[in-house]
Amino acid sequence: MAVAPAPAPPASARLSLPDSAGHFGVYGGVYVPETLMTALSDLTAAYEIARNDPAFQSELRHHLKEFAGRPTELYFAERLTAHCGGAKIYLKREDLLHTGAHKINNALGQALLAKRMGKKRIIAETGAGQHGVATAAVCAKFGLECVVYMGAVDMERQALNVFRMRLMGAEVRGVEAGQKTLKDAVNEAMRDWVTNVRGTHYILGSALGAHPYPMMVRDFHRVIGQEAKEQLRQREGRLPDEIIACVGGGSNAIGIFYDFLDEASVRLIGVEAGGRGIKRGEHAARFEGGKLGVLQGSKTYILQNPDGQIELTHSVSAGLDYAAIGPEHAYYRDQGRIGYAYACDDEVMESFQLVSRLEGIIPALETTHALVHGLKRAKEMRKDEILLINLSGRGDKDVNQVAKMLGVTLR
Amino acid sequence: MDRIAQAFARARANNRAVFVAYLCAGDPDQETSLAACRALIESGVDLLELGVPFSDPLADGLTNQLAAQRALDGGMTAAGVFALVHRLRTEFPELPIVFYTYYNLVFSNGVGAYVRAAREAGVDGMLTLDLPPEEGAELSAACAQEGIKTVLIVAPTTPESRLPIIARAATGFIYYVSREGVTGVRDSVATDMPAAVARIKAHTTLPVVVGFGISKREHVAEVAACADGVVVGSALVNTIRDHLADRAGIPAAMAARARDLVAGVSRSAVPGP
Ligand SMILES: Cc1ncc(COP(=O)(O)O)c(C=O)c1O
Repeated sequence: MAVAPAPAPPASARLSLPDSAGHFGVYGGVYVPETLMTALSDLTAAYEIARNDPAFQSELRHHLKEFAGRPTELYFAERLTAHCGGAKIYLKREDLLHTGAHKINNALGQALLAKRMGKKRIIAETGAGQHGVATAAVCAKFGLECVVYMGAVDMERQALNVFRMRLMGAEVRGVEAGQKTLKDAVNEAMRDWVTNVRGTHYILGSALGAHPYPMMVRDFHRVIGQEAKEQLRQREGRLPDEIIACVGGGSNAIGIFYDFLDEASVRLIGVEAGGRGIKRGEHAARFEGGKLGVLQGSKTYILQNPDGQIELTHSVSAGLDYAAIGPEHAYYRDQGRIGYAYACDDEVMESFQLVSRLEGIIPALETTHALVHGLKRAKEMRKDEILLINLSGRGDKDVNQVAKMLGVTLR
Repeated sequence: MDRIAQAFARARANNRAVFVAYLCAGDPDQETSLAACRALIESGVDLLELGVPFSDPLADGLTNQLAAQRALDGGMTAAGVFALVHRLRTEFPELPIVFYTYYNLVFSNGVGAYVRAAREAGVDGMLTLDLPPEEGAELSAACAQEGIKTVLIVAPTTPESRLPIIARAATGFIYYVSREGVTGVRDSVATDMPAAVARIKAHTTLPVVVGFGISKREHVAEVAACADGVVVGSALVNTIRDHLADRAGIPAAMAARARDLVAGVSRSAVPGP
């Protein structure tokens, strides 16, 4: 017989997660080589001071407004709503941010922190290239040296972003190891950090990795949910009924969900990449085929073979093509507080075009996973219900790839 | 006394340091790997550090990454690694064998079951690269239960305040990584190494070995003068890499390489300080 889930901890306890060692229940923690332990505890200490320092917060707010373009609009998707014939669909327009995705929220926060810590060299990994572009931009702005690791496969499918990074002065290093995608870029960034730890800060791009990253990255993206909550209150005078976001590592999702965790009436759903279907090596839906493990600093759900070797993954979107999920997501899934679904490549291709046509908004392929599930849910929901979807990024970077997949030759 | 402690005691009695050799299990295939290990042991290696190939070895440089890749491509599995250990254990009853591994391989099917299987195969110790003592309670308990020793790493970035924590978690020996960075051959031994070894020794009675990047007999001798053991890895793995076209030639090449390096551990050969 199934064991009843433990009752959710009281709000105050829940919102104080992770614990001081970075644990979200059994998930998270610090699983790194000894060489990095001190860098991580220094980072934790520096972040703790910064997050409680009004001067840091106001400087961050200033740059988020002037450089990144916050607050982002909350947009009523009238034609999508009519198309589905159910819930009112609102889109949180993170795609309108400078550099084209939510990633800049975190990149700005961490770059400011690196400056405070006296680190002059920045490294980052990138999958879709959005985090790399955001990091390259903030490094250019603050005059920091920037090296971005990117899998060779991703460099090819996101060639435009590679060029954008280079234009902004970043060095993009291709990673030929493993399957040449996001996970391999993280390995290579960690190797760089192990080697150059004293003068380098690693701007990890999702709510992943060793403590304090999952917490810190989440905090820098909380602004998404905070703004959306207030914007909806002003527009509709109430909370949404459901919020949907795509989940690669999980940063845009935890960012929009976080300030609603204690609103019991609001359903929260993360959407993973179903790739070509839930078969080994064909997808990146960690909650479908994964099991508990330890990868790249954190204990969480991981796609792995029976020996514990990390499994190959596939997604049409480079940003979701990753074998592990952020530990906080694993925790809230156990609690039953956040539900998870997945969307497959072919559905993504369809919704990518549908949303472009109906709303004049070209979403990122990552984001489109949330839209696929959102359109399904909107149809099932009542007309007086409100569905909020996090439009985490724009699809400009994807048009070459999509054209190719549709058999269209661009010149 | 366990096999690890015996190896250090024997070396001490002979006024030499323990020579720790690293190879990746199954590189490039099971039989060649066994023959390479055999060649090492017959050339005077005291302790074998056996890398368990992992798909994502983030603490390793290119040499070891490629070795792990070759082993996995060659069909190495968890069961295959245990079988290799079992054969070595049967042939060399006194040889200490330490796993050099990543935590997911130990964790994914249950730490207790993995450690028991390791002990049954004949493993003496575990060095888990991405498992700091702060997260190591479960593995430490399982190892204590099975009589397997834990090996922990100290890095140049490790502050004084962490040394007691690391020393408490280690039961086999402590491995001082003399350079920041991933594994791989380096041109020289870090100059502050003797001081670092002394700093560690103030916190433990366990042996302290030094490694990362050692590739020359002079470096082996330099380390042997101040540490209880010397670890050589990438230089031996490169010997496999250089003979991939002639796998049958690997054992002889390995023996020649090892004999040259092992000669460095004798302290009587080095003028005393
Ligand atoms: C637009 C966009 N959305 C989502 C993601 C997935 O990351 P996360 O789950 O951290 O939000 C990416 C990653 O590259 C992205 O570019």
